[in-house]
Amino acid sequence: MDQEVNLPGTARAHFDAASAAPLHPAAMSALVAAYADGWADPSRLYTEGRRAAQLLDAARAAVAECAGTRPDEVFFTSGGERSAALAIDGLREGRRRAGAAVVHSAVEHSAVLRAAASGGPATGVPVDRLGRLDLEVFAEAVTAPGVAAAALQSANHEVGTVQPVARAAELAGDVPLYVDASQSLGRMPIPDGWALLSATAATWGGPAGVGVLIARTGVRWARTWPVERIDPEPVNLPLVVAAAAALRASAATARQDNARLSALVARIRATVATGIPDVEIVGDPDDRLPHLVTFSCLYVDGEALLHALDRHGFAVSSGSSCTASTLRPSHVLEAMGALSHGNVRVSLHPGVDEADVDRFLTVLPGIVAGLRDEAGVGSL
Amino acid sequence: MTDDPGTGDAITELDCLGKRCPLPVIELARAIATAPVGHTVRVLADDPAAANDIAAWCRMRGQELVGSVPPAFTVRRLA
Repeated sequence: MDQEVNLPGTARAHFDAASAAPLHPAAMSALVAAYADGWADPSRLYTEGRRAAQLLDAARAAVAECAGTRPDEVFFTSGGERSAALAIDGLREGRRRAGAAVVHSAVEHSAVLRAAASGGPATGVPVDRLGRLDLEVFAEAVTAPGVAAAALQSANHEVGTVQPVARAAELAGDVPLYVDASQSLGRMPIPDGWALLSATAATWGGPAGVGVLIARTGVRWARTWPVERIDPEPVNLPLVVAAAAALRASAATARQDNARLSALVARIRATVATGIPDVEIVGDPDDRLPHLVTFSCLYVDGEALLHALDRHGFAVSSGSSCTASTLRPSHVLEAMGALSHGNVRVSLHPGVDEADVDRFLTVLPGIVAGLRDEAGVGSL
Repeated sequence: MTDDPGTGDAITELDCLGKRCPLPVIELARAIATAPVGHTVRVLADDPAAANDIAAWCRMRGQELVGSVPPAFTVRRLA
């Protein structure tokens, strides 16, 4: 059986916005305009260069406005992973007299974990069964001697649980807090108290390959790139302009989009809980991202479930080990002690139709039951 | 079925080495389903998800995880 082939007449629905969302229409038109008008090197002093520099300034100002910061605190990078590495390396460098240790939640994005683990000691702080940071353990770890920085995501990218950023910032005291806001920027307000913040355009409807890093003025942090440059590397200006346009457009409609998507997620949570036996819905049911829900189906192979949904037209992601190139289960599900096989993450973008969600909820129980029948686990 | 020299309890051994999750959990569930209450099942499983998922299964099913030293996991039927 060819698992990549859609069933006849099946429409596609993209339920993996947390990985990447379709390009926002505002980003598409900004991209075309910027390729026409912003192709020149913005560091050059002739007319075309100055025009490109103006587009870059406007993009920086738009991001600053959405993040509630000053434009000179915003840097563009080649992506979220690069932003995370620059943030953590820069904090370690800027605070080397205090120490080199980085204290982080156990459920950070793998890019943050990688950056924390390279270049010095790293301490992972456990989370509770909902995936929320253990503030008592965090307080103890962050006030230990030798800590350069703390890292905490605004909300978890796999299970949607919102993290107590403001409280963690208070507990961190003089230790600067780096916040990975990849799932929140342009969608929800970011709590105060952070020193550095990063995000990636791909999750707010912008193009892949653009990240932002925002550094509050006065934070002890070392820019690890040449001083004559504003941004760490030459920017891809049309992509940056499109990213800023998408962020501005997404932020403008966030309130309505969040209300609609959160209601759809609530419907998925309720229907899965009552309509499918032996399912564990993972993450905080209330204090969560509006657009994301994760659940694990007992005795079901995650890869088989993902392919079956794909054949029915649904793109979802999974934290099950069989779907990962490393064949390891998601470190987020492990840290929460949540069932990791048969796992599905649904994350909705604003263009998703209610009818697609209804169709998903109609076919899902049968797909899960079919896979359980194949495995002969119906009576377990 | 053999006797556990430590406790004298009846014990079933399952060799799931090389089997991918969820297979070790499925085989554990089958063995527990046919075992009397109080009986212990020892699973050998080296899938990287086994430690997490066997513990999660015990929590979901109300069974007792007696021991977890990968690749060996021991579960007692409580209900």
